[in-house]
Amino acid sequence: MTATPDSLSRPRTARRVARTAQRAEQAKTRLSSPWATAISIAVAILWTVPTFGLLLSSFRPEQQIKTTGWWTFFSDPQLTLKNYTEVLFGGSTQLSTFFVNSIVITIPSVVIPITLALLAAYAFAWIDFRGRDFLFVAVFALQIVPIQVTLIPLLQTYVDLSLAGSYWTVWLSHSIFALPLAIFLLHNFMKDIPRSLVEAARVDGAGHVQIFFRVLLPLLVPAIAAFGIFQFLWVWNDLLVALTFAGGTQNVAPLTVRIAELSGTRGTAWHLLSAGAFVAMIVPLLVFLSLQRYFVRGLLAGSVKG
Amino acid sequence: MSWILDASTTGEKLLVMAFAIVLFAAVMAIILFAVDRPRRVPNWLIALAFCGPAGLMLGFGLIYPGLRTIYQSFFDRTSTGFVGVDNYLTIFTQEGFQIVLRNTFVWLLVVPLASTLIGLVYAVLVDRTRFEALAKGLIFLPMAISMVGAGIIWKFVYEFRPDQQGVHQIGLANQIRVWLGMDPHQFLITAPWNTFFLLIVMIWIQAGFAMTVLSAAIKAIPDDIVEAARIDGATGIRLFRHVTVPAIRPALVVVVTTIAMGTLKIFDIVRTMTGGQFGTSVVANEFYMQSFRQFNAGIGAALAVVLFILVIPIVIYNIRQLRLSEEIR
Repeated sequence: MTATPDSLSRPRTARRVARTAQRAEQAKTRLSSPWATAISIAVAILWTVPTFGLLLSSFRPEQQIKTTGWWTFFSDPQLTLKNYTEVLFGGSTQLSTFFVNSIVITIPSVVIPITLALLAAYAFAWIDFRGRDFLFVAVFALQIVPIQVTLIPLLQTYVDLSLAGSYWTVWLSHSIFALPLAIFLLHNFMKDIPRSLVEAARVDGAGHVQIFFRVLLPLLVPAIAAFGIFQFLWVWNDLLVALTFAGGTQNVAPLTVRIAELSGTRGTAWHLLSAGAFVAMIVPLLVFLSLQRYFVRGLLAGSVKG
Repeated sequence: MSWILDASTTGEKLLVMAFAIVLFAAVMAIILFAVDRPRRVPNWLIALAFCGPAGLMLGFGLIYPGLRTIYQSFFDRTSTGFVGVDNYLTIFTQEGFQIVLRNTFVWLLVVPLASTLIGLVYAVLVDRTRFEALAKGLIFLPMAISMVGAGIIWKFVYEFRPDQQGVHQIGLANQIRVWLGMDPHQFLITAPWNTFFLLIVMIWIQAGFAMTVLSAAIKAIPDDIVEAARIDGATGIRLFRHVTVPAIRPALVVVVTTIAMGTLKIFDIVRTMTGGQFGTSVVANEFYMQSFRQFNAGIGAALAVVLFILVIPIVIYNIRQLRLSEEIR
């Protein structure tokens, strides 16, 4: 949970360029051992084949999935999109509804905690007030609280407020659970901004609100992107929070809840499960592949939450 | 106005979402506008405006519920009668719960070490090769998908069909067994090995994380160290053991402890693949079952507290190791 953010985020371009030439030299000797090559290829296959098998299956006709393995496709190729239309719009699964729910849950659950965390991180980094260090350590320590510890009382509170089972509770819960890590990470990025920049703005008569919006925010875009992807994947892929606060209702529950439920009740309906799993995966995969650079950056800066 | 709480059509849902974001933005704008008066507002008030919303939410959603759970763990299933440490005694002495604890420790022992080892070896093997980007991308991809999705993928790999004339295996694992001349096996049902087949899924997901962080650490090793070791005649495995591993020790500690914390709270995989049946349940899954299926608030709270207590030594170890490595520097 705690890496050393400053050592990893400093620009290293110059050194990198210098090293490229040397690396090219070493590349020749590196994978000389056939064992090394064999092991890395074996791992790569082991890591891809399970996903590939399910992906291929999701396009095969229902009858074929149930009676033959996906590898028979290569001797008897038959493809169809029927599984996807059925799983998305068919009466028994209706994943398109849950897809919308996932989107409605995810967007505010990313926007709200990032905004709040940015403001708090700014205060911890650039406003002098009594008890600042103590409060920051307290927020940092909250990262270790497993969310399980909070679920029952939180749900009770929501029921008392008669908010239970609505989007509001899911948004609020996701935002709360994201805050400790978000504040910690964004604070580290904010501390990296040169003091002189902030001082200069202060001399020009800018207040804290203006400094935050005009000076810091533009410089923090990569950091925000890094944490944003993190939080996006976390919320979209979450099962526990949604299961607890959204329940299984068609009005609120996201894709993960529906698919976990399908896996329990219709565990052998592989034409639905395979297509359903990929319906749930497509958005995070696209986000991940297009913004991988920022994701790795965020990963290296602060590691993962739970 | 009922749609604000019970949106049921797509249009209503999107409307509620837009409404929530606008409402949030408006509240924040009012707060910030109120304190945007340079030199006239005291610092503590500005700090309150910046930190207050986050602080309120943390108090409401983490600190208060956390304390409340600890309190409830000493009460019975309806949170009415005080039972002392009975819930904890039940967890540590009843046979069903002992299987749950045993499984959690198996996960905790195997997953962090195996994922880190695989991630490390792979990072070293593909480092500075021509296919590095592609090779890393393949291992990394499972990190993007949900544990529910990963659970489905592997459940399909483990799928079992009875060994009868004319029945083909559709799961890859059993087909490989058949090709090798063995009988198909109920991977997810036969205890105690089914836990092992579940935790493979977590290793599959976490190895990518380990590989990414460790690969970055390996690339950050100063070239002169590697060069000096080469001149001294260190190559291959000796270079790896005596130069690479010690140099990335801090990163290794971070990776192992991070994965350990994630593994401790593992829930989605077990829930999706077996639902905790067949002796595969773990603490986080049992917490969910007791709290929201058996409606035993006392045991549920006690399980959550056990989870919390188990995390603490990992965090302390992590912080101590980081301190040590900073002193060395």
